[in-house]
Amino acid sequence: MTAPLLEVTGVGKRFGSLTVLHDVSFALAPGEALGIVGPNGAGKSTLLNVVAGTLPPDGGRVVLDGQDVTGTGAAARCRGGIGRSYQVPRPFSGMTVFENTLVAASFGAGLRSRAAADAAFAALVTAGLDHHADTPAGSLRLLDRKRLELARALATDPRVVLLDEIAGGLTEAEVPALVETIQQLVREGVAVVWIEHVVHALVAVVTRLMCLTYGEVLAVGEPRAVLADPRVVEVYLGSTIAGDEPELGETA
Amino acid sequence: MTAVAQRPAAVRVRRGGRAAWAGAGLAVVVVAVLGYLPLLTTRGTQVQLVGLFSLVVLGTMWNLLAGYGGMVSIGQQAYIGIGGYGLVYLASTVGVDPFLAVPVAAVVCAVVAWPISYLAFRLAGGYFAIGTWVIAEVVRLLVTQVDALGAGSGASLTGFAGLEPTYRIAYVYWMSLGIVVLVVGGVYLLMRSRLGLALTAIRDEPTAAGSLGVAVTRAKRLVYVAAAAGCGLAGAMVVANTLRVQPGSAFSVDYSAMMIFIVVIGGIGTIEGPIIGALVFYALQDSLADLGNWYLVVVGVVAIAVTLLAPRGLWGLTRGRVELFPTGYRTGSR
Repeated sequence: MTAPLLEVTGVGKRFGSLTVLHDVSFALAPGEALGIVGPNGAGKSTLLNVVAGTLPPDGGRVVLDGQDVTGTGAAARCRGGIGRSYQVPRPFSGMTVFENTLVAASFGAGLRSRAAADAAFAALVTAGLDHHADTPAGSLRLLDRKRLELARALATDPRVVLLDEIAGGLTEAEVPALVETIQQLVREGVAVVWIEHVVHALVAVVTRLMCLTYGEVLAVGEPRAVLADPRVVEVYLGSTIAGDEPELGETA
Repeated sequence: MTAVAQRPAAVRVRRGGRAAWAGAGLAVVVVAVLGYLPLLTTRGTQVQLVGLFSLVVLGTMWNLLAGYGGMVSIGQQAYIGIGGYGLVYLASTVGVDPFLAVPVAAVVCAVVAWPISYLAFRLAGGYFAIGTWVIAEVVRLLVTQVDALGAGSGASLTGFAGLEPTYRIAYVYWMSLGIVVLVVGGVYLLMRSRLGLALTAIRDEPTAAGSLGVAVTRAKRLVYVAAAAGCGLAGAMVVANTLRVQPGSAFSVDYSAMMIFIVVIGGIGTIEGPIIGALVFYALQDSLADLGNWYLVVVGVVAIAVTLLAPRGLWGLTRGRVELFPTGYRTGSR
């Protein structure tokens, strides 16, 4: 196995008396994809925030390419190669879609003028938003806002990309294209951490699956084995809303 | 989603094109006409116009802070006062030429603002606003303790001795016009630069800006320091115009109310807005001067009417169709 690109060790996070993450660890090599599932409130998004540097952990370490980045802020981590999308999109509403990705390409990837513009537009093409380039981001509908989250993350030229529920809401026809986009990233050697409730999309991409519950790792390993784990079935799959079940059927 | 249409997608980016040239051309004409005025007008008119210029500078600076940097400050009078007092101290006491003392006073404001930003940036939102006001009050109280600065009663600017009033007033007018060009032009170029892109992102969504690699605090600090220098220039401009500085007026929170009025009426987050807002405020101030307290009532009614009828300010009524100073990036695909 190649040396890990991202190493998360014993990470914990508490909000007051509530423990949101407890002793979560994983490592990711370039070109590896880790899926994260778990019931709502399991701490999935918090874990992503800790890895991205938006939230400081109360304990544990985050190491990127051999460098301990636990104490560095989100901007520095982004420049270091961690790109992320937000579950609840956070567009720059007063800017156009293109300007949104231009920010990512200029500051995340550190590109200038021409190169920044080309990278920003390429990310829009990849996310299927190029025809909206001059649209104010604030007037996008939810689905396109999610696409913009992906496009901005890609425009930072990440080595590690953290995706938080970007497939939710896509039509059945759109999911394969998204899966293809992420598979392409993985083939290019990007390490991917993907939180997703659309399990069949996740299983098509990831090499490992982690199930979180109450902030702790319940199971981790080969995706199908994790999904077949009775404990996972009980806490996660057993509790999924009716709409998710047909999607699970395809994976079985 | 169209998959993997990756990489070389060369894109044509336009940055305003004809509008930018039209805006620049218009600006050149206006500045040329204004520059010629001292040869045609009375001294009283020039003194009044310097007052208008200071409003344009103050509005532009507050817009830079709040409209682009997302920092709602109600304490910029700290730097207006330091600029005014700095000019008086350097010119009257130290003996520096007043026209040199004005930029030096602005630099002093920037130097003072740098450490203060570390204090102010510990606060956010409404707390930041109140905090800046408290800082301004502290500066005012400190200044009134210094006898060399006239303590509570203020000081006069005497550095112009030997210069004929006609020339003095014309020179101050031209200097003020130059400061307006510098400040408005500087903000325009800043907003067209990489830093401008970062600031616009910070204004819209600071958390996301950070997650995309923007050094949020550093960008805000630069803006805060630049706005302090600009407000210092305005303060020095006012004192050079009136030849007198007093703690009660130089550090008055009325300045902040004025700046907010100008920016909100004109249109926040645009270069053009504060200029229009300053013109409106100046016109109101001028035409209602005889009304006493009713003047404030009218200004208040205008503010309420504009925020209700044109929430994005008067310039916002153009809905972005007209841009004299375009700062955005367009690809031509919509």
